[in-house]
Amino acid sequence: MISAPDVVAFTKEDEYEEEPYNEPALPEEYSVPLFPFASQGANPWSKLSGAKFSRDFILISEFSEQVGPQPLLTIPNDTKVFGTFDLNYFSLRIMSVDYQASFVGHPPGSAYPKLNFVEDSKVVLGDSKEGAFAYVHHLTLYDLEARGFVRPFCMAYISADQHKIMQQFQELSAEFSKASECLKTGNRKAFAGELEKKLKDLDYTRTVLHTETEIQKKANDKGFYSSQAIEKANELASVEKSIIEHQDLLKQIRSYPHRKVKGSDLSSGEIEHTQDQANQAPATSNPDETDDTDLYTCRPAYIPKLIKAKSTKCFDKKLKTLEELCDTEYFTQTLAQLSHIEHMFRGDLCYLLTSQIDRALLKQQHITNFLFEDFVEVDDKMVEKQECVSSQPRQDKLLSRPLEECPIPKVLISVGSYKSSVESVLIKMEQELGDEEYKEVEVTESSSFDPQENLDYLDMDMKGSISSGESIEVLGTEKSTSVLSKSDSQGSLTVPLSPLVVRSKAVSHRTISEDSIEVLSTCPSEALIPDDFKASYPSAINEEESYADNEGAIHFQASISPPELGEAGEGNLENTPPQIDSSCCIGKESDGKLVPFPTPAHTLSDEDGVVSIPPQRYRQKDEGFHVDFAVENTNPSSQDNCEAFPAYELDPSYLLASRDVSKTSLDNYSDTTSYVSSVASTSSDRTPSSAHPVGPSSERHKKRAGQNALKFIRQYPFAHPAIYSLLSGRTLVVLGEDETIVRKLVTALSIFVPNYGRYAKPVKHWVSSPLHIMDFQKWKLIGLQRVASPGSAGTLHALSRYSRYTSILDLDNKTLRCPLYRGTLVPRLADHRTQIKRGSTYYLHVQSMLTQLCSKAFLYTFCHHLHLPAHDKETEELVASRQVSFLRLNLGLVNEDVRVVQYLAELLKLHYMQESPGSSHPMLRFDYVPSFLYKI
Amino acid sequence: KSPLQTIGEEQTQNPYTELLVLKAHHDIVRFLVQLDDYRFASAGDDGIVVIWNAQTGEKLLELSGHTQKITAIITFPSLESCEEKNQLILTASADRTVWDCDTGRQVQRVSCFQSTVKCLTVLKRLDIWLSGGNDLCVWNRKLDLLCKTSHLSDTGISALVEIPKNCVIAAVGKELIIFRLVAPTEGSLEWEIIEVKRLLDHQDNILSLVNVNDKSFVTGSHVGELIIWDVLDWTMQAYERNFWDPSPQLDTQQEIKLCQKQNDISIHHFTCDEENVFAAVGRGLYVYNLQMKRVIACQKTAHDSNVLHIAKLPNRQLISCSEDGSVRIWELREKQQLTAEPVPTGFFNMWGFGRVNKQASQPVKKQQENATLCSLELIGDLIGHSSSVEMFLYFEDHGLVTCSADHLIILWKNGERESGLRSLKLFQKLEENGDLYLAV
Repeated sequence: MISAPDVVAFTKEDEYEEEPYNEPALPEEYSVPLFPFASQGANPWSKLSGAKFSRDFILISEFSEQVGPQPLLTIPNDTKVFGTFDLNYFSLRIMSVDYQASFVGHPPGSAYPKLNFVEDSKVVLGDSKEGAFAYVHHLTLYDLEARGFVRPFCMAYISADQHKIMQQFQELSAEFSKASECLKTGNRKAFAGELEKKLKDLDYTRTVLHTETEIQKKANDKGFYSSQAIEKANELASVEKSIIEHQDLLKQIRSYPHRKVKGSDLSSGEIEHTQDQANQAPATSNPDETDDTDLYTCRPAYIPKLIKAKSTKCFDKKLKTLEELCDTEYFTQTLAQLSHIEHMFRGDLCYLLTSQIDRALLKQQHITNFLFEDFVEVDDKMVEKQECVSSQPRQDKLLSRPLEECPIPKVLISVGSYKSSVESVLIKMEQELGDEEYKEVEVTESSSFDPQENLDYLDMDMKGSISSGESIEVLGTEKSTSVLSKSDSQGSLTVPLSPLVVRSKAVSHRTISEDSIEVLSTCPSEALIPDDFKASYPSAINEEESYADNEGAIHFQASISPPELGEAGEGNLENTPPQIDSSCCIGKESDGKLVPFPTPAHTLSDEDGVVSIPPQRYRQKDEGFHVDFAVENTNPSSQDNCEAFPAYELDPSYLLASRDVSKTSLDNYSDTTSYVSSVASTSSDRTPSSAHPVGPSSERHKKRAGQNALKFIRQYPFAHPAIYSLLSGRTLVVLGEDETIVRKLVTALSIFVPNYGRYAKPVKHWVSSPLHIMDFQKWKLIGLQRVASPGSAGTLHALSRYSRYTSILDLDNKTLRCPLYRGTLVPRLADHRTQIKRGSTYYLHVQSMLTQLCSKAFLYTFCHHLHLPAHDKETEELVASRQVSFLRLNLGLVNEDVRVVQYLAELLKLHYMQESPGSSHPMLRFDYVPSFLYKI
Repeated sequence: KSPLQTIGEEQTQNPYTELLVLKAHHDIVRFLVQLDDYRFASAGDDGIVVIWNAQTGEKLLELSGHTQKITAIITFPSLESCEEKNQLILTASADRTVWDCDTGRQVQRVSCFQSTVKCLTVLKRLDIWLSGGNDLCVWNRKLDLLCKTSHLSDTGISALVEIPKNCVIAAVGKELIIFRLVAPTEGSLEWEIIEVKRLLDHQDNILSLVNVNDKSFVTGSHVGELIIWDVLDWTMQAYERNFWDPSPQLDTQQEIKLCQKQNDISIHHFTCDEENVFAAVGRGLYVYNLQMKRVIACQKTAHDSNVLHIAKLPNRQLISCSEDGSVRIWELREKQQLTAEPVPTGFFNMWGFGRVNKQASQPVKKQQENATLCSLELIGDLIGHSSSVEMFLYFEDHGLVTCSADHLIILWKNGERESGLRSLKLFQKLEENGDLYLAV
């Protein structure tokens, strides 16, 4: 997968590495690298300068028989997205790499034109001049009026990040296959309809001609045929032939599904699967292929018309649009699917990867994951499929690899998951293979990092990309991947793949390539992948990837990741957050410049759970960045990002407040003001919570919730007991006059509320009537209106009456009334001195902590000996004391933390035993414990 | 305001740490009746009867048919000898009908009453039941009217209790009327009900009537008279009216005030065990010892408002519910020193005024001081209902069920025990699913 230009670069890089970094090694905790891009003022996570478009988009192009390659439409259909990017040029590029020459026409030995039901071809190509990489999905649609009855189209996912395309290939391919299948189904339907019409026309024409001939015959009884009559007869004959041809075509198109299934038996599983999905996609809003019969039936309303003997020249007629080619219904559905794809793959690669890891891990915890996760039932069939395909090799790897890598592999299915069957594309494989081996050695040796060198290196990169020429380079083919998959020496690489690595690799890779278009790989059909190969690729690919990625940036990795490395030993649960952290800082919000680059490392909770204090140097850096940011913020260039995040994230005053963590005491004021201002700005449309208070939370929602939670933690010294209340199932009532503020805080705090089941969280955002005992059973977090009028006495009276079931957070008076909390869990979860600055980061931090908590609760719930008496004579007290000692000693829970785990355990039990999920609310559990009043 | 004992939020002895709100009624729920070990029925002003599972809180059945308030409900257990165990529920309503409801099916409907049936009682021994309204009717299992008395009074029978020798006692206004039932014999095939005796010792309306044991029953009146009667010869065994001291000096104005306060000393409910009679007197609780024939413990303001129902638990605990919407759990404790702490006079201060009050309360206080040998200690309160708690039902295994005027029924459970039970269930399910020994 690595082209010759890359190799040059790598050898260059190797030269650097040959001089080992001889300085005495710093203790790991101090080895925070200088931010290599700082001097340039560049944002390391911003899209590379080469790209002329602001974010990923989908392009649909056609190779028109009249005008050649032309772009048809983009998704999103917004000129801002692709900016100055030359769509025409890129269409030419992507249409020129369709290796799957679909042959339609008269095959030798066949009397009639044959429709070829070609598989879509899937190609990855890069154009470094444009700074664009694309997954290209070629497909052919049938058009009766087109040459050879086919119209070649392609859908391309265009991104500035090559690795995103490569690593998400499988997913992209699956999703685009769905879209393509949808288009093709619609097209077949339309084509069949067209054929029917044509047949009717022909039939009609035949009748007309026949009558004319008969008339002529009758009129002419001389015994010989006039030339006119002969012409007519010829015409008639050709019409007859045409009828037969068209009938045959109709038969072919109608027999499609059967042929397809028959033809694809060599890899039945995969293709059927995609087929299934493709069929399911339209099924959502549409009649499915199941009613084929009416699908292909012609409309009776059609009035046949006479067909002229001479068909019009092809340039005279107007070609059908894509929408006409497919049924409109299917067309809109395809567009929906494509915008779904656009949504799905939006954001940075590492973000996508980590969210995939996240999903995969969550799936494994099927007993506990309902507690804190918002379950959006994305169709995970693909993931499942991959998992089951790759489970075998993964098992092997689990045994042979260091523990910390375990969670990563199964999701990193990417480049190697496809291969090309086009033999002609095999280029320069030997050389690459050699390079691979060569580099492998280098990589394992490389361990030092010199920022300066890296800067130089990057400088050079820029030049390189500017001066790149134009040629097509095929980077990867079947052979390369299969060969690579066998080289297993990467087992020695214990460094987990960091998002940063990916990025820097992209940078380096770009600069070196002289050629502007690199076809990285092609894949005409997943169906062609032999099963044995499929079974082995995931691990191989993963290793290949991490290996390849490390080539450019192993230095980064080695020096950046000490916290990660230290962390890695902790196992799966602890291992994923760092990646998620960094990913969300980097790509998702696309304003990574706001965040000093080592931040993610500090968000990690390490072994003892204390969020690490940053080294001094880092903090200085941080402040410097802040200034940068302020400037950046006023820069119009960043304005296009504004809509992506809520105003308060861009609010400098807030950032001042939140950033300068050492001045927490001062924060109160500034925080409050920014709080209010953000409320004002978000009150209108920025609170999805008001519209869908309990719906599945979007990314934005999570981010905002995290941000507000963070704010709450910083602002209120008594945040810990409040959060403890939520975690232990004691209803927290947020009392306030201002609905917006209350709603905001309720949304923020809802991230700490354990769920009863896989439905909406027990959170009530806003109530103005007096609370009732039912409310405490139903809701665990309630926003309550404080009314100034005397009528509110009832509300307050009810609140004091039921005070034993609630903790009351009074926003107006800044007080909290709730039981004492002396545990250690919540301080870790909600440290007011935390270095986490971004809402989404904090959200993920909370999620990871809660996941850890869930696993404790799981252990506690399902430990057999804890709950059942060992023998008949054992008293309940003994069992109880065993439970307590397990919670204290084995799970390391202190004081009230025990209550949290016990509450979660009860929820787990209830959920596990629940026959019909979501049928009823669980009972209200409470303790007779005294409450205390906290004030600021 | 009188000092109401409060306990605060820390209640270590209160086992009820879990609650389940059951909502099915849409009016005041007045009655709870236990059907068997795990089921109970609730009925109230909305005219429906709901059968619940006390363990899970699941609503099993809803019996609807009454158009007006249900005024009495009773279960009619089948005879031991009977093959099929079908339990009947009799409900009486203000629409003057009586139902027999059995597993959701309306068995029969009787609507030949002249007046509202206010109480029902079942004589299991004879397999008959009686309904008390303005007259007393005797019915058999098939709901045939066996016999009835003549019109007794317009106020009607407020309580009905079975006593030995085929007799029943009906409380009608201030009177207690004893009826004897004559079962059909060789001579006469008809059932007969004969009025045997009228007891006229109460000075005010009799509100409660309970069997204490084989030998005696107890009655309580609106003005705080507690009389213990012998069950066989219907003589007064003991008379306690310490709860009220009608001072003769009271002028009319004060009498009016007194009348207003009479609620405070009306005896609403009794419960008994072998030694003691527990009485819900106004807002207070009194423990009357049968042997010593005096009040041994009292809690004069146990609740903010009238106590409506009390029950004795096996472990010397007493539960009371009140119009103030709370349920309180008391423990009867032996007092260490007899006269160590003087009994607060709050109870009497409450209804007396000015100079009169002082005069009236002094002698009573003395009397009380040597009377209280035990004390009722508050060990917990259950706050859940937002309105008057009408009644409750105690299940040994499943906790406490309370019903209230706020249309709700709350199931109070021992959280720890429930947690343990859930664990057991969990492992049972695991075992059923075959997940438990997967690793082995």
